Amino acid sequence: MSRPNLKSAASQGVWRCHACGQLSRVSAPAAAAVSCPRCGASLHQRKPHSLQYAWAFLLAAMLCYIPANLMPIMLTEMLSGTQRDTIMSGVAYLWRSGSWPLALVVFVASVLVPLLKILSMLLLLLTVHWRSRWAPRQRTRLYRLLEVVGPWSMLDIYVVGLLVALVQLQSLATIKAGPGAIAFGAVVVLTMLSAMHFDPRLIWDVFEDDDER
Amino acid sequence: MNLHPSRPDTASPLLACHECDLLQAAPANRAQGVSCCRCGGQLLPGPAYRPSTSLALVLAGLLVFVLANAFPVVGLEAGGVKTATTLLGTTWQLSQQQMEPVALLVLLTGVLTPGLELLCLLYLLLPLSLGHAPRGFARVMRLVHVLHPWGMVEVFLLGVLVSLVKLAHMAEVHPGIGLWSFFALIVLLAGNASRFDPGMLWERYQACRDRT
Ligand SMILES: [Zn+2]
Ligand SMILES: [Zn+2]
Repeated sequence: MSRPNLKSAASQGVWRCHACGQLSRVSAPAAAAVSCPRCGASLHQRKPHSLQYAWAFLLAAMLCYIPANLMPIMLTEMLSGTQRDTIMSGVAYLWRSGSWPLALVVFVASVLVPLLKILSMLLLLLTVHWRSRWAPRQRTRLYRLLEVVGPWSMLDIYVVGLLVALVQLQSLATIKAGPGAIAFGAVVVLTMLSAMHFDPRLIWDVFEDDDER
Repeated sequence: MNLHPSRPDTASPLLACHECDLLQAAPANRAQGVSCCRCGGQLLPGPAYRPSTSLALVLAGLLVFVLANAFPVVGLEAGGVKTATTLLGTTWQLSQQQMEPVALLVLLTGVLTPGLELLCLLYLLLPLSLGHAPRGFARVMRLVHVLHPWGMVEVFLLGVLVSLVKLAHMAEVHPGIGLWSFFALIVLLAGNASRFDPGMLWERYQACRDRT
């Protein structure tokens, strides 16, 4: 994996600007405040405090994940009474009513994606923490996948919003958003923030450090 | 000790992967885009970047963005009662129910972020395609970079489709002009994002700035 011709930019004293992608040669890594010659953003070899931020947002997301799944995200008030829907019961309702392709879409976006996002971030953070050399290419690909699927778990928030706005049929039925929606929105935002602060280059740094030794 | 960073002094353009930090020389043939040879991450987008093409996409995008937000996305008819909503109406109704955090989230990800991103791109691309350097280029580029991951128009569209199916059981649903506009908006935004090449824009900007 660590062939001699493969050198990281950091080992060559070349830093990549986070804002514009410009490469700069920084000869003194100890220099505290260097800024990008092209765009003026401050330069960092790696995202600053990447792991601390990623852990903090991930732990907050895990906390919010519990109420997001236990509390109702949607309240339907009908003549026959009030129906409280959590995320899972919404999926189950779709499944029973026969629209199983849709149930599958909502299940993937609202249940599977947030759970896999949390577990994947745990995996990435722990393997970097333990300086693991295991499957760096696959872990990088997993990170790339996380960035792509991240926003899709917003699906249920939009659905609740639309139903709330549309189903205001005075006597027949009204739909209200439940407290679970706030917690669920927080999970989506916090997992996205956690992934954004994680620096995938940390996965690869362990190979270079060992070669130097 | 050199406190002032300088460009790497090599003849062939160097690229550093933003996902694994591998330093590599850019190949001569970039028609298919350039991928990292270690982790496979995308280093440069494929087709040659032309600000005028992007500008056309952004202008069309702004037009359908206005249509998508001005006209109802879905209408509903049940027991003689008719309702219809736009994305903004959704946020209004949510905030009426003391769901301000959720309303804010929908407003930011569905309306403000994509709208602001389109305006920023217009501000950058219009002067550049005319050969002028826009003021505050670096700051606006950074704003686009920060905004981009938070635009979720395509997720909203899937949300509309799910809501349509859910409501079809209990009432008559009518897709509105807003829905078709959202379809068009997503196609235009995706076309623009796949072409977007910050490196080329920077080169274009520096060329325009040096000329004046
Ligand atoms: Zn820069
Ligand atoms: Zn790479």
